[in-house]
Amino acid sequence: MNALNIKGLTKVYKGGTRALNGINLQVKQGDFFALLGPNGAGKSTTIGIISSLVNKTAGSAEIFEYSLDSQPVDAKSCIGLVPQEFNFNQFETLLQIVVNQAGYYGVPRSIAKERAEKYLKQLDLWEKRNQPARNLSGGMKRRLMIARALMHEPRMLILDEPTAGVDIEIRRSMWTFLKEINEQGITIILTTHYLEEAEMLCRNIAIIDKGIIVQNTSMKSLLATLNIETFILDLAGEHQTIALSGFEHRLLDAHTLEVDVAKEESLNNVFEQLTKQQIQVLSMRNKSNRLEELFVRLVESGREAQLAEDEQKNNKELANG
Amino acid sequence: MVNRTMIALQTLWIKECTRFLRIWIQTLVPPAITMSLYFVIFGNLIGSRIGQMGGFSYMEFIVPGLIMMAVITNSYSNVSSSFYSAKFQHNIEELLVAPIPNWVIIAGFVGGGVARAILIGIIVTCVSMLFVDISLHSIPIIIITLLLTSTLFATAGLINAIFAKSFDDISVVPTFVLTPLTYLGGVFYSLSLLPEFWQWVSKINPIVYMVNGFRYGFLGVSDVDYLYSLGLLVVFNVVLLGFAYSLINRGIGIRS
Repeated sequence: MNALNIKGLTKVYKGGTRALNGINLQVKQGDFFALLGPNGAGKSTTIGIISSLVNKTAGSAEIFEYSLDSQPVDAKSCIGLVPQEFNFNQFETLLQIVVNQAGYYGVPRSIAKERAEKYLKQLDLWEKRNQPARNLSGGMKRRLMIARALMHEPRMLILDEPTAGVDIEIRRSMWTFLKEINEQGITIILTTHYLEEAEMLCRNIAIIDKGIIVQNTSMKSLLATLNIETFILDLAGEHQTIALSGFEHRLLDAHTLEVDVAKEESLNNVFEQLTKQQIQVLSMRNKSNRLEELFVRLVESGREAQLAEDEQKNNKELANG
Repeated sequence: MVNRTMIALQTLWIKECTRFLRIWIQTLVPPAITMSLYFVIFGNLIGSRIGQMGGFSYMEFIVPGLIMMAVITNSYSNVSSSFYSAKFQHNIEELLVAPIPNWVIIAGFVGGGVARAILIGIIVTCVSMLFVDISLHSIPIIIITLLLTSTLFATAGLINAIFAKSFDDISVVPTFVLTPLTYLGGVFYSLSLLPEFWQWVSKINPIVYMVNGFRYGFLGVSDVDYLYSLGLLVVFNVVLLGFAYSLINRGIGIRS
């Protein structure tokens, strides 16, 4: 069963901005799915339509086979939303925020209080339960939004940049928590700008740009399309030139070498050549995350195609004109 | 399903009531102080020189109007500020993502405004009892007028907040429309004191009917027929509630 089934979703804002251009997207039940794209690509609009915060212009969306148009109550009951911006009442206590949210979904108060204890404890917020939300740190506010979204025990959780501005320790604990709830069967859709987060957590991925899905596949098969990886090597001693035959390489400074390694090439070959030149490698790392590399390429190639199309159009108009 | 909807409505209503009770210094105390001043200045100091109006002491005459004035301003401002704050802080989204029918959103906010108006009405009545003995001609008419008027102005406050784009926008209507209409709505005088032309002009002011309907409930006297007042209140309520429902249904001011 599909947790999410979007067909021909289109959104044109007042003023003519076309945020979505008839996108189709399916997310399987139980999936941990990444929806990535540059700023303004259409991610938040897509999430806004799914969660009923944005009115669509055309198309349809089904949540666990419930139509958002004809069965909105059933469809909305399946979704828990963790939005990008803090959108709780800053003057209410944590307990009020989560218990009220459960109430909006029809959860009786006694059950809501039990769940509040469960989720606030799991997210390490129980001690703060009687404090106004405005007193929380940024990381705590993010966790509060996750707790709030889980209060009605949704079948699908949508997280719009849930770890933005959160320190690495809390981010890792959030990853662990999200993995756990996904293993319990909750479908998760995640948007993030931390691509290592998407690579680490998600099994499937869609990349959206300019309101179009430019890639929709499994994380494994997407990463397999990466032909070249760039490594940075920290070298002992100072070097002016280094010869590495068969590899594109650059000396970034006297101690740092950048090497492009094709998928079919072996890294041993690089080390052999360096050893022959008596160059010692102290450490090595990827220049950028693999997914980041692919993401940039996909988005850039999309833009180049768009530019070429625009140029072709302009030329035609000039020829006609 | 019905049970789920009722839990949602109850949650929203309790939340709204908790909000104005939490900030009681801003919401409950000022009307009590303002009305005490009205009673002292207009009732005791000036009123004693005016003598009788409509067959009652001036103090007795203005009590229903002053209660109604507090009810109108508080029901309006409660919903306009609460709903606009929810829009401003984006926590209106908590309601929009939930499986709540749109009428529940309206009922929850308007219900909160009505609750505050009733509480304020009770407080102002208690304050007035320190200055004058209150007579009660018809308790059902008092209750019905109070409920219809507070619902009407709470709904008007909601509509104001739906369209508002800044905090200024929710203070424009109370300052430039509501206050003048209330002061000219027969709170402090009987329409019969006015020249015929101004009596006719005053009858265009809807607040005249609310004040007089309410006064009829207390004193049994009114410048207009109380049944006509109640009828108008029902019509205004139906029109404004229908308009608010249509706005929320279309997502005006709350969905992009």
